[in-house]
Formats: sequence, structure tokens, C-alpha cells
Amino acid sequence: MEFLAVQFLTGLASAASLFLVASGLSIIFGVTRIVNFAHGAFYMLGAYLAYTLTERLSGPLGFWGGLLTAALAIAAIGVIVEIMLLRRIYRAPELFQLLATFGLTLMVQDLVVMIWGPEDLVGPRAPGLKGAIEIFGQLVPRYDLFLIVLGPTVLGLLWLLFRRTRWGVLVRAATQDRDMVAALGVNQKWLFTSVFALGVFLAGLGGALQIPRDAVSHAMDLRIIVEAFVVVVIGGLGSVFGAFIAAVIVSELNAFGILILPKISLVLVFLVMAAILVFRPWGLFGRAEGQPRQTLGLTIRPWKPFTRTERIAAALAALVAALLPLVDGAYALTVAAEILVFTLFAASLGFLMTVGGLSSFGHAAYFGLGAYGAAFVAKSAGLPMEVALLVGPLLGLAGAVVFGWFCVRLSGVYFAMLTLAFAQITWSVAFQWVEGTGGDNGILGVWPSAWAANPERFYWLVLAITATGIAALRALAFSPFGYAMRAARDSDLRAEAIGIDRKRVQWTAFIVAGTFAGIAGALFAFLKGSVFPENLAIPLSIDGLVMVLLGGVETVSGAVAGAIVYKALAIWLVSQAEFSKLVLGGVIVTLVVAFPKGIVGFIEDMRARRPRAKAAAVAEAAE
Amino acid sequence: MTALLEVEGLTKSYGGVHAVRDVSFALETGKILALIGPNGAGKSTCFNMLNGQIRPDRGVIRIAGRNTTGLSPRAIWRLGVGRTFQITATFNSMTVRENMQVALLSHHRELFVPRGFAGRFHVGRADALLDLVGMGHQAERACGELAYGDLKRLELAVALANEPKLLLMDEPTAGMAPKERADLMNLTARIARERGLGVLFTEHDMDVVFAHADRIMVLNRGELIAQGVPQQVRNDARVKATYLGGAT
Repeated sequence: MEFLAVQFLTGLASAASLFLVASGLSIIFGVTRIVNFAHGAFYMLGAYLAYTLTERLSGPLGFWGGLLTAALAIAAIGVIVEIMLLRRIYRAPELFQLLATFGLTLMVQDLVVMIWGPEDLVGPRAPGLKGAIEIFGQLVPRYDLFLIVLGPTVLGLLWLLFRRTRWGVLVRAATQDRDMVAALGVNQKWLFTSVFALGVFLAGLGGALQIPRDAVSHAMDLRIIVEAFVVVVIGGLGSVFGAFIAAVIVSELNAFGILILPKISLVLVFLVMAAILVFRPWGLFGRAEGQPRQTLGLTIRPWKPFTRTERIAAALAALVAALLPLVDGAYALTVAAEILVFTLFAASLGFLMTVGGLSSFGHAAYFGLGAYGAAFVAKSAGLPMEVALLVGPLLGLAGAVVFGWFCVRLSGVYFAMLTLAFAQITWSVAFQWVEGTGGDNGILGVWPSAWAANPERFYWLVLAITATGIAALRALAFSPFGYAMRAARDSDLRAEAIGIDRKRVQWTAFIVAGTFAGIAGALFAFLKGSVFPENLAIPLSIDGLVMVLLGGVETVSGAVAGAIVYKALAIWLVSQAEFSKLVLGGVIVTLVVAFPKGIVGFIEDMRARRPRAKAAAVAEAAE
Repeated sequence: MTALLEVEGLTKSYGGVHAVRDVSFALETGKILALIGPNGAGKSTCFNMLNGQIRPDRGVIRIAGRNTTGLSPRAIWRLGVGRTFQITATFNSMTVRENMQVALLSHHRELFVPRGFAGRFHVGRADALLDLVGMGHQAERACGELAYGDLKRLELAVALANEPKLLLMDEPTAGMAPKERADLMNLTARIARERGLGVLFTEHDMDVVFAHADRIMVLNRGELIAQGVPQQVRNDARVKATYLGGAT
């Protein structure tokens, strides 16, 4: 009993940092409508900066001053980011904002390694709060007690700030209706900047406060961002109080989950989140989004199926790809096969995003499930590749059936965050369930059948399957079902008014996309001969998003072009540059800001412009 | 013979505010019924309850004798109720014809068909309906670039896709030029007569209302204060008071 009470206190202490980060995320979203993926990066930077400052400065003043200075420095960095980057993309669809801030996250990851090195760093203990106090016969660190008090204190200060200051009133007004606030003559630019600075300050402070408890590592950004997403989804985006309650719930679930059900502690949080979302889709204290923003894939130029000429061109492209083994060696074929696998993965995500308007931030889950499914069949059941390729993707399908059912209840950023959370849970199962998945060591020795073992044959197999898959997805986009998806995407109101069951349509689309991703994953397992947790980790999900974006979100099959260019670039970068994430992150940010329509979107714009130019020329000649 | 639409004691409140209170009326096949009232009178709430977007607190809605209270918009549409919106809701990334085709596909329960080009389904029927509302020549245009009046006409055609018995039109002529308004309502009236539809519409333009409605209901502060043929309503003291001010 005493032990449980102490465990409860540990949970409360963990909630403090989580609350700071999540409330910052929530405040920023409330006013700017931006889901700041880089929030985890700011948290991590806060921790690293606090480490350096507290190492340099001495005494209690040095320590506490160091923490505070670190958080303030992070806020200053946030101001620069807001002015230079976010101001350009406030009106863009939310996917672009998530991607741009993810690009920042990637850059920070490499920057941190460049500055502080790859090793984990252990910071100093808090002066005056070293040691522990005995409570119920158990030892509780003093610093934990400090954090337990800090959480509600910050909540109270935020409450005062929002209720008692003019600035706070403006922030609350802008959270409700930012256009109205702008119409009243409030300088929105600086309101947004200051809100972003406050949110990022809280993230930096959350990170800085962690250093006496935890080692500082360069993986802490993604860990906290996923937890913070879960917290704001449970608490309700935009609600600071909700963030507090949810942070306590999540931290306590973690604290007790580890005691009671260590194997499924992460799944426990997810189960609670899922249950809450079923009853309250906008979280415990959130409110429904008023007018949904313009969805992706909305274009003034209606999509057309391929003309005869275009079909012949596509067939020719496939034929040329089939001739590759005549000119290239084994290594090139393996690289080409890998690129092909990712074109199918990107096409499946593109299908969901462009036709369905659903930006999944966790699509890698279904890719990875397909890969693990194939590996289970091939290794554990000892069945041949042919069976594994058929059965493996079914695991991706099953995952999409379960997760999709929850996800399609939400839309926009909630949808994106929930898909991300599910993917992270899938990853942690793959990572923790060592008996089944081999954990970090993965599953090795997943080899193709003898007939497909040489690189050429396997390349042809991959080409055949991916080309068929991409063609099938494209055909589906123009089928009645594709129209149903577009209808559900364009106008929920109209769709329901003409008998379309939006959720059922989107769930089906989710399952289709998950299954095709699973097929790509199963192929990938045999291509590499192994499966690892990283095959369903967040970076892969983001790779998929970048491929779709690079190809063009307003196009039917742009993802294919995006995947080829991006994957080729990424493979080349990794072989060339030491800090590839920095470059990649920079590419993503540039892409979002300067080139938002993608490659195929750009080409289509050019083609649409041409006839008009021609007509003008004709008119000129006639004069 | 039962009426096409029967409403009894429809009530909805938000917090302490009665948006709609104890509204009862009936609509016969082939008739056009107008629901009017000042802003905030509860017209839209009333409308949204009829098509299932809002669940009433109390009251019963029957369509062709069937109790539809609490059914979803989808289910009510399947029973033969077409609807247009105050602010048009269309599929803007599609062409005008494709908008029709989606509605027709849904009507024939073909939306989950995974193969074939949707653009080849129901072309004849889609174009016939577009011709009916005078949009045939714009079938290939992107919906997102239509003029507002054309969007309203497209919505009417879409609402007719499931061969409805009842049409619900929320401010069908809002945002249109006077000439367009008269045209659209003449068209609606003609369709209603020819196909034996019942039409319920809300409207702010009194010229439109008195020219086209067979009967008129006046809603004020959530309550029906008058209903009858146009002449009756025109002479009703309470209606005058509501619109012109003065003692009630």
C-alpha cells in the first residue's frame, strides 16, 4: 500500500515535465492552429542547453539560473523560427505545418549530435534538493516532490496569465476566433510570435527540468513528442487544464502500468486514449473544430484518368524499368528494388492522403506490420516466400482495421496525431516484445525462395508487384469508391446529405492503404532478408509524407515520382554526407515553403498553362 | 391519407434558450410550404432537425407515415428526402457532372464498387438532371469555379438525384440576383408539380415567399406564431408585429 502511494508520487513528478511540454503545444495550437512537431526538439534543446549552462555555472544560483536561462534561450530561438518559418505557412494546410516543423526536428537532431556528441549526458543534481525524504517508509527524491509542486504552480500561473492580463485575454479571444481578433485591430503577428515564444519556453523549461532526473540524450525529442501528442489528444487541443489532467493520467498509467503489466505498459496508455476518444472525440476538455480547414488534394483542376497516350507512356516506363537488369549490376538492382518498394509504400499513403484527404502520420506501422507478418510466416512458421508474401500483408490489414476504426472518428490534426500515436505503439511492441519480434535485434534470415533468390529475378518480382499495386490504387481512385472518398473529403455535410457514410468510406480507404503498405513491407522484408523495429518507426512514416508532398498532394499518382526522387536522394545523401538528417530536414523545410505543389503538381501547372499560351499566340497572329 | 411530412411538438433548446418550441405542422404532396421568420427565429434549427443533423429534445417527425425522429441524415435521405444548404455544400474538386454522379452512385448503392471508371456511370441521368436545372452546358466545369447561383442550381439537381418525395431547401435563393431567384423558384415549383414533390423552404426574400408558397408558416423566437395561405399570413396582426415591430 505504501509502495503504491509512493509510486503515485513518482507518477505525479513525471507529469510535471510532460505537462509543461504538452501545455506549450496546446497553447500554440489554440492560437496559431499549428501543431508544432518541433516541440520535442525544443524540449531536447532545453535539456542540452541546461546541461551546458549548469556545468559551467556553479552554486544554487548557477543551477536554477541555468535552467531558466536555457528555457529563455529556447524561447528566443522559437521567436526566430516563428518569424522566419511559421509566418510563411500559417495559411497552409496543416500537413505542411507538421512537415515543416518535423523538418526542423530532423535538423535539430543532427545539430545536437554535432554540438554535444552522440553520448548520453548526465547533468548535476539540483542544489538543496539532493537526496530523498522518507514517506510511508519509502524513499522519495526531494526533487520529485519539487516537481509535484511545480506542475500545479505552473498551471496556476498560466491561469493567472490568461485570466488576469490583457495579453491573456487576447490569447483566449484569439483561441476562440482569431479572425475576429484581427478585425478588432490587434496586431496578430506579434500575438502569434509571443504565444509561440511562451509555448516553446514551456517546452524548453520542461526539458531543462528533466536533467536532474534523466540523462540527456538525442532520442528524447521523439519520445516526448509522442507522449505530448497523446496528452493533448486526451486533454483536448487548446486546453491547458486538459493538458494537466491528461499529463497526470498518462504519467500515472505509466507509473502503475510498469508495476502491474510491465509488458503492455505502453499499450495501456493507448487503450485509455482510445476509450476516451470514442466517447469524447475532441478530448476531455477540448471542443470540436469549428470550420474544418481546406483539406489536401483540393484542386480547381478536376482529376482525369490517363488518356491513351499517357497509358502507353506509363507502360513504356514500366518496360524500361524491366530492362534495367540488362545494363546494371547486383548492387544497383538492389537499390532499384528498394526504391520500387518505397514507391508502392508512398503510393498507398498518397492514395489515403490525396484521394481520401487523410494525412496519416503513422503509415509506417502498416508497412512494418506487413514486414513482420512476412517474417513471422517465413521464419516462425517456416513457410515459403510465396505464402509469406500473401499472408504477411494481412497483418498490415489487421492493424489498419483496428487502428483505422478509431482514427476515422477524428479529422485533421487529431487524425494525424492519433495515427502517429498508434504507429509509436506498434513500434514499442516490436521493440519490447523480444520473444516474438527479437526486439532491437530484429528477425534475421528472411530469404526469398530459390527461384527468386538472384537479384535480377527478385527485382522483376518487386517490379511486377509494385507496378500492379500502383496501377490498382490509381484505378481505385477513379472507381466509384474513389469518388466516394473524394466526396467524403470535399464536404462531410454534403456527403452525409446524399447518403454517404463518411466513416465507413474512410475506414475502408484506411484499410486499403494499410494493406498496400503491408504488401510493400512484406517485399521489403525479403529484399533485406531481415526486419527491424525501425521499419515501423516514425522516421519512416515521415519519409512517406515527404515523398507524397514532393510528388504533389494535389495529384493522383505524384507520390510515385516523389518516392523515386526522394529515395534516390536519401540513399545518395547517406552515402555522401555525414549529417544527412540536417540536409534532409533542410530540404523538407525548403520544399514546404518554396515548392508546396510538388514535382507532379508543378508539371501539371505547366501543362495547364500551355494551352492558354497557345491560344494567346493564335489570337496575336490573327490580329 | 397521411401527409408527406408531419411534425408534432418539435422542441429543441440549447442551455436555457428555446431554439424551437412545440412546433407542429404538416405538408402535403405537391405543395410548397415556406418557413419564414426573423434572424434567430429557429428556422435553421428546425430544418436541421427535419433532416437529422440535430436531434430534437422532444417531438415527432413523420415522413410518409414513418417516424424518422432521431434518424441520421443518411437514413433520412434514403427515405426520399433531398436537401440543399444555406451555404452551398458541394464537392469542389469535382466537375459538375461528377457531383451528380456521386449522388446517383450513392442512390444506386454503388459507392463501394472498386472498379470501372466512375465517370462512365449514370452519365445520361446526370445530364438529364443538369439540363432540368439549366446546368447541362456546364457539366464539364470544375465545381470550385462556378458562380454562386449556379452552385445553388447544382445543389437542387443533386437533391433530386434520389428521386425524392420531399425537398428541404434552406434559403435556396440567398446570394442570388432577383431575376435568378424568380427563375430558380419557378423551376422548383414546376418540378414539384410535375413530380408530385412536397417542398419545404426557408427564405428571407418575401417576394419569393409570397409568389411561390402554397402555405406559409411564421416562426418567431422558436414558436410558430402563424400559418396559413399567403393572404392569411399577410393580414395576421402578430406577423406584422414581428416584422414591423410594435406590441405583440
